[in-house]
Amino acid sequence: MRKRFDLLALPKHVLLWLYALVSLSPLFVMLLNSFRTTKEMAMEPLALPEEFRFTSYEKAWVTASFETYFINSMFVTITSVFLGTAVSLLAAYVFARSKRKIFGVLEGVFLSGLLLPVFLAILPIFYLFDTLGLISNLWGLILIYAALSIPFSSFILAAFFRQLPVDLEEAARIDGAGHFRTFFFILLPLVRPAIATVVVFRFVPIWNDFFYPLMLMRDRAVYTLPVGLTRFFGEYQTDWATLFAGLTIATIPLVILFLVASKQLVSGLTAGMSK
Amino acid sequence: MRVKTAGRALSVRMPILTGVVFVAPALILFAVFILYPLITALSYSFFSWKGTLRGEFIGLENYVTIFTKKPFDEDLPNAFAHNLLLFAGAMVFQNSIGLMLAVVLHKIGKLKRLFQTMFTMPYLISPLVVGYLWSLLLSPLFGPVNAILKQIGLEEFALPWLGDPTTAIWAIVFITAWQWIGFPMLLYGAALGGIPDEVTEAAEIDGAWGIKKFRTITLPLLLPALGTVSILTFIGAMEAFAIPYAVGGSDGTPAGATDVMALLFYRTAFESGDVGSIGTSSALATVLFLFIFGVAVALRFLLARGEKRLYG
Repeated sequence: MRKRFDLLALPKHVLLWLYALVSLSPLFVMLLNSFRTTKEMAMEPLALPEEFRFTSYEKAWVTASFETYFINSMFVTITSVFLGTAVSLLAAYVFARSKRKIFGVLEGVFLSGLLLPVFLAILPIFYLFDTLGLISNLWGLILIYAALSIPFSSFILAAFFRQLPVDLEEAARIDGAGHFRTFFFILLPLVRPAIATVVVFRFVPIWNDFFYPLMLMRDRAVYTLPVGLTRFFGEYQTDWATLFAGLTIATIPLVILFLVASKQLVSGLTAGMSK
Repeated sequence: MRVKTAGRALSVRMPILTGVVFVAPALILFAVFILYPLITALSYSFFSWKGTLRGEFIGLENYVTIFTKKPFDEDLPNAFAHNLLLFAGAMVFQNSIGLMLAVVLHKIGKLKRLFQTMFTMPYLISPLVVGYLWSLLLSPLFGPVNAILKQIGLEEFALPWLGDPTTAIWAIVFITAWQWIGFPMLLYGAALGGIPDEVTEAAEIDGAWGIKKFRTITLPLLLPALGTVSILTFIGAMEAFAIPYAVGGSDGTPAGATDVMALLFYRTAFESGDVGSIGTSSALATVLFLFIFGVAVALRFLLARGEKRLYG
């Protein structure tokens, strides 16, 4: 093993730090401007806050109803990720452990969902929701998001189940445990890492989605953050300080998630994309 | 091998009823909220509509409408061209910069993880937030971008980027690239990591260095990743919605310069007020669906064949 001195190390690092600046500075500007007043920004587009004021956050949170939007988003995202992961886990177990053809076909059907432009089916969903009384009902969103999670989640989880040796299950079976008990007490603890990937990785698009609530949530009380933002940008057009605060509020949970679970996110990104 | 045989033995013992019970919840959700609406959307397009009342079967008439009648005869080619431009722009800028970053990051050492994290951050933020953020940053009045351009003496580039019909769609190409760059970077990075050291070392001994090494060794081994990136970029560009919506609203301001297919579909379905809108918007959805899915499947097929030829 020879080690060459890399002549390019310095220019490489310069380039990478420059791109880091391109990548992150808009986010820092967003954060910093949320502490400034609109007047400050009009006088000097590029400057640090004169003092750290939280008045814009207060305005966005209380006056512009971000509190409601935030709670709705949290409720919808957490519940649908939980539901989507639970049903995918059950299905993935069968895909990995049963050799029956019918389940193989079903796995293929679920997998095709990764390529289908499913948003185009919005009109039938709208009328389906209308009949079921799910328009402007957060549970409607939860059911859709859980369904949309199935292709990716069952794919990742089935791949993980397949890697587990079956010896443990056999032993449990010999000791008299049925399929349900084996699944819940033997397998579930073993697939925790894959569950973490799926949970973290589904949280992001559901938290960010704006298409379904835009069409299906027709009442302010049930807006999620992204669709709330569209109203907010119409109404607070000139109030830049509050706009920046609103954008920051919608972004913070994701940044926290990313800092806590960047490993799961990066592995989920590469796994989800390469298939 | 033992594990595999054991798996087979075990699977015989999983009763079909257990399998059905375990699969049922996922199957019901998927069938009701994905399969059924997709198939129904297709069927809607063959009927005439009066509001939400379905009329008679009219064959392909809705399809004729979206290709020949106002406003579709102008809006559809305009929006479609923008989708294609978004795809081309992403392939040229976003994916080549992503590849470059992945190559530079390869074997950079300790800081690799940190850089990857920083470059991927925008990818995780809502595209809607990204669109709104950049519309503020690029504002001609007190936008920081133009302020910087003026400060460093590039006054002539301090333009109303999003307000001018000739630059607005390019601004969207740029905003999308800024958000997505981490995605080609991570995929290419994973592919680069999969190239064995012996291959590159053997090439170096044979005198292949720098650009030549990259062209003859690295690039061919990256082809599968390139294919995957192309397919997903294609799907992303054809489904573009949130960023154009945040930047130009649902009608593609200024003057339809930022209009895309998904916006046209949205306007037709929910904003047009036309009594036959369910039929025409379903026809739009079907055409777009067949195009996206068809091209994605064709690309995947070509890719598999190309790989077979390359690696035997």
